[in-house]
Amino acid sequence: MRNGVSLAEDLLELDQVRFGYRERLILDGVSLRFPLGKVVALIGGSGSGKTTILRLIGGMLRPRDGHVRFEGQDVAALDREGLYAMRRRMGMLYQFGALFTDLDVFDNVAFPLREHTRLPEPLIRDLVLLKLNAVGLRGAARFRTAQLSGGMARRVALARAIALDPPLIMYDEPFAGLDPVSLATVAALIRNLNDALKVASIVVSHDIKDAFKIADYVYLLASGKIVAQGTPAQMGDSTDPNVRQFLDGDIDGPVSFHYEATPLADDLGLRR
Amino acid sequence: MMRMLSASWHWLIDRLVDVGRGARFFLRLCWLGVASLRRPRLVVDQIYFIGNFSLSIILVSGLLIGFVLGLQGYYTLRRYGSEEALGLLVALSLVRELGPVVTALLFAGRAGTSLTAEVGLMKAGEQIDAMEMMAVDPVARVLAPRFLAALIAMPLLAALFSAMGVLGGYLVGVEMIGVDAGAFWSQMQGGVDWIDDIGNGVVKSVVFGFTVAFVALFVGYEAEPTPEGVARATTTTVVVASLAILGLDFILTALMFSST
Repeated sequence: MRNGVSLAEDLLELDQVRFGYRERLILDGVSLRFPLGKVVALIGGSGSGKTTILRLIGGMLRPRDGHVRFEGQDVAALDREGLYAMRRRMGMLYQFGALFTDLDVFDNVAFPLREHTRLPEPLIRDLVLLKLNAVGLRGAARFRTAQLSGGMARRVALARAIALDPPLIMYDEPFAGLDPVSLATVAALIRNLNDALKVASIVVSHDIKDAFKIADYVYLLASGKIVAQGTPAQMGDSTDPNVRQFLDGDIDGPVSFHYEATPLADDLGLRR
Repeated sequence: MMRMLSASWHWLIDRLVDVGRGARFFLRLCWLGVASLRRPRLVVDQIYFIGNFSLSIILVSGLLIGFVLGLQGYYTLRRYGSEEALGLLVALSLVRELGPVVTALLFAGRAGTSLTAEVGLMKAGEQIDAMEMMAVDPVARVLAPRFLAALIAMPLLAALFSAMGVLGGYLVGVEMIGVDAGAFWSQMQGGVDWIDDIGNGVVKSVVFGFTVAFVALFVGYEAEPTPEGVARATTTTVVVASLAILGLDFILTALMFSST
């Protein structure tokens, strides 16, 4: 039991969520479930609304319709204080780490601990070193953020994201722009941390191969809707054209190569 | 015609919304600035950072302006045979006007732009977002200590600027040209009023500190989170802060010295 929520229940649930800016609808009736102990991948093309989902979960955006429930609480109904209390129970890894550039590696990881706890400094030191050790970067504790490679920055950010031992960790494009070794390291870390800490992990990615390797369950998002879902094996065997186009990287398919336009002949004045 | 009217109407509404947002942001900064006194370490770090950044440019500029005041003042006063009033002229020009105004302009160029760029880059690098997701209010944690630090640093820098200016006036007027040192200092001592001159100068520098810090932080916080957006924001800070300083200076001067 964690905060009254049993392990069998979903830690986080999106129920028929719709979201958009003015007339533009970005998410149209999306329902997702994130149980504890599982890595759930959310895949989809650029602009399909994946990052918007993370922002809705964190309460940075509010849905137009539907509900986002974290530990049974409706996120949109929370006031600022409630939202902050909830966010302390969420870890978020940004695409490029989003480390604080005016702090070094150690202070970045210590940041949430210093802001949210009244632990004595020697204890904070031990905790930070343990978190850094978990991502293999204890030796880089006193590095400036500018000295880190892309993969190292993401690992430090991961150590920071788990500093308060949140039950939910969100990863926004964790594999983007990494070399193969760093990528494998980050992927292994996501899986291992998930299993060791028994948390719910959400991996937002357009990198199917790597997302499939570590995910227990996959949602495919296209044009603001969940067009397919299942375990990586089920998705791999799927004959659904949406899934096939995305998995095989076909240029044309349900997502068309041409953006909606009038016929070319009309534009060029060839038709009378 | 209708389209033009509608566009101007929307423009007006947008600007009014901007003013409202700015005013809310200002009040929030003031409130959280006071609250950040509970974490003096953050404020002290920023005072060191902001003050130290601007110190050399302020000291050198103060000295150079003092040199020029010494020379110009001497040539003008000599026409009326009152060279011994040079000390008074230099000191009054500095504490009433040049100290606060020139310091604020330099401060906007040096510290203001760096604040805007820092906050803008934090936004572009998703650091502000990340902080928000970590349940830490970025206005309270990042902006408010910088705001308070700028408020504290600005009058101190203006005082140092004026002191250096007086020293510059002394070096040129007394040491180089040969104005009587006793007259230089005693006229200054007798003619400069604590409240009317120095006090009002301090009030000006505090107001300018508010102006520069608010403009720099607001523009940085509202910057478009892209490299171009941050570049544009730093330019905006210098332009808006400088114009605001000069405009406010006129208003303050009119209010303060109209009765004397």
